[in-house]
Amino acid sequence: MAIKKRFEELGEIARQVRIDVLTMLNRAGSGHTGGSLSAVEILTVLYFSKMRHHPKNPKWEDRDRFVLSKGHAAPTLYAVLARCGYFDLEELKSLRRIGSILQGHPDMNTTPGVEMSTGSLGQGLSVANGIAMGVRLDKKNARVYVLMGDGEIEEGQIWEAAMSAAHYKIDNLCALLDYNGLQIDGPVREVMNINPLADKWKSFGWHVFEGDGHDMECILDALHKAEKIKGRPSIIICNTIKGKGVSFFEGKVEYHGVAPTDEELERALKELCV
Amino acid sequence: MRLKAERREELAKLLGTRNVYGEVLAELGEKYKNIVVLNADLSGSTKTNLFHKKFPHRFFNMGIAEQDMIGTAVGLATTGKIPFVSTFAIFAVGKPWEQIRQSIANPALNVKIVATHGGITVGEDGASHQCIEDIGLMRILPHMVVIVPADGIETKKIIEAIVEYQGPVYVRLSRMRFPVIFDESYDFKISKGNVIRKGKDVTIFATGFMVSQSLKAVKRLEDEGISTQLINISTIKPIDQELIINASRTTGAVVTAEEHSIIGGLGSAVAEVLSEHCPTPMKRIGIQDQPGTSGSPAELLDYYQLNPQHIISAVKEVLQQK
Repeated sequence: MAIKKRFEELGEIARQVRIDVLTMLNRAGSGHTGGSLSAVEILTVLYFSKMRHHPKNPKWEDRDRFVLSKGHAAPTLYAVLARCGYFDLEELKSLRRIGSILQGHPDMNTTPGVEMSTGSLGQGLSVANGIAMGVRLDKKNARVYVLMGDGEIEEGQIWEAAMSAAHYKIDNLCALLDYNGLQIDGPVREVMNINPLADKWKSFGWHVFEGDGHDMECILDALHKAEKIKGRPSIIICNTIKGKGVSFFEGKVEYHGVAPTDEELERALKELCV
Repeated sequence: MRLKAERREELAKLLGTRNVYGEVLAELGEKYKNIVVLNADLSGSTKTNLFHKKFPHRFFNMGIAEQDMIGTAVGLATTGKIPFVSTFAIFAVGKPWEQIRQSIANPALNVKIVATHGGITVGEDGASHQCIEDIGLMRILPHMVVIVPADGIETKKIIEAIVEYQGPVYVRLSRMRFPVIFDESYDFKISKGNVIRKGKDVTIFATGFMVSQSLKAVKRLEDEGISTQLINISTIKPIDQELIINASRTTGAVVTAEEHSIIGGLGSAVAEVLSEHCPTPMKRIGIQDQPGTSGSPAELLDYYQLNPQHIISAVKEVLQQK
């Protein structure tokens, strides 16, 4: 059962998710602001318009799966899951606190709706491949989605997994890349150039889509098209802006791993019309 | 001529732990339709090719990419499959250690890592391929069960037991064939050690190939009038604390024997139990904080002092500390 929302509604949900993320991070006093904000539209459109899932029955066996390989964007995943109804919105206040169901990075055993424990970069694509292979062995139609960071694909394991996904013709998998261009130490192209990005994935045997990662119509269109690609895996390179939605965070490398202060939160919420 | 006949008899009683693994796995594949097997270009050496032949759709060769192999197994486990992951011990747990920690051990997923070519008896391939750290590397991970069979029969029982067990398991097998110690009536239970020989002067706790090496030592020690208890600790984690404490109390002196570094393996595990519950004079037989080296298994056992005479010396030394 997919939750299908009209784009106006999706825009409003994304705005709420941004507010949740900023508020959660401010309250927690630590966490990853930039990369959480760049992924808001990607997760919103997946959970509210594309994936078949059942918030009241998180282990529903025919569900589509999502793996957040860039686990540091956990606040966005938590906000989206809460807004889907996996758990109470009140829980968002406990992010990163001792005993919380919302760990600093995703934990499949504590958070309803989290499919895989992540946080150590580079591992989610292999896991998503495995899920897709398992689902296929069971002859289920479920699809598997995985979101990677652009800095994350510097990890060698990503390319091992890219090779095996094509080798095993895993076409019930669609990867998404949050291409915000920044990593902790600076611009990705300066730290470790990952280009030519689309050509790399193509040469590994993948079908590549590219588009604006903040345009939910565009992402959804690619997600639908990816479903029709048979015999090979697909990836959507989502061009995004780190810190998206808050003018003074946008494109700022300093806000990769820093939470908003009280004053920054106040300014940010004003921009988001709260 | 008598010697030759004895030698023939001895050879007839050898069984490869990896060979047994391959056969048992292929057999279990019929009953357990959710077993899947992953391999990293070593299906012949790990004997998982037997499963491949019978169940080609449930076998995945991941190429020489161990980190991806672990991750893929993890994903399969979340869909209710029972993945068996096999390659050489050093590549199974050394290269993807952090993947195992993050994606198998911490979330307690049902993945079975059954590695072959543990220890120095890998032989001529040398240090790069001899894994003498795996028990330690796996033992420190939460939820991880660590098992080392002493012979082919025990291997069969272990593989049958871990299929039924829900959670992560590491099993260490060897390249070399082992003398057969147990018979079919042997009852393996995860976390239970077993007394191979009763004795009252000293206890040897051994694991893997060192159980049969110790058995040879025990026979000679008994000839010299030293009553030696031999205990097989196949499950190194969770370890059989009760058995270790009771045996150490009864005999008052302990030797551990393993084909592994003396740091982090069986010796460390036994020392942890005893120092907290029952401090006992102790000696550890194992690799003395050195890397591996090339040679025949027989030469290496001598080089690293893992032969019966070395166990006998350790027993005599520890008896003086009683």
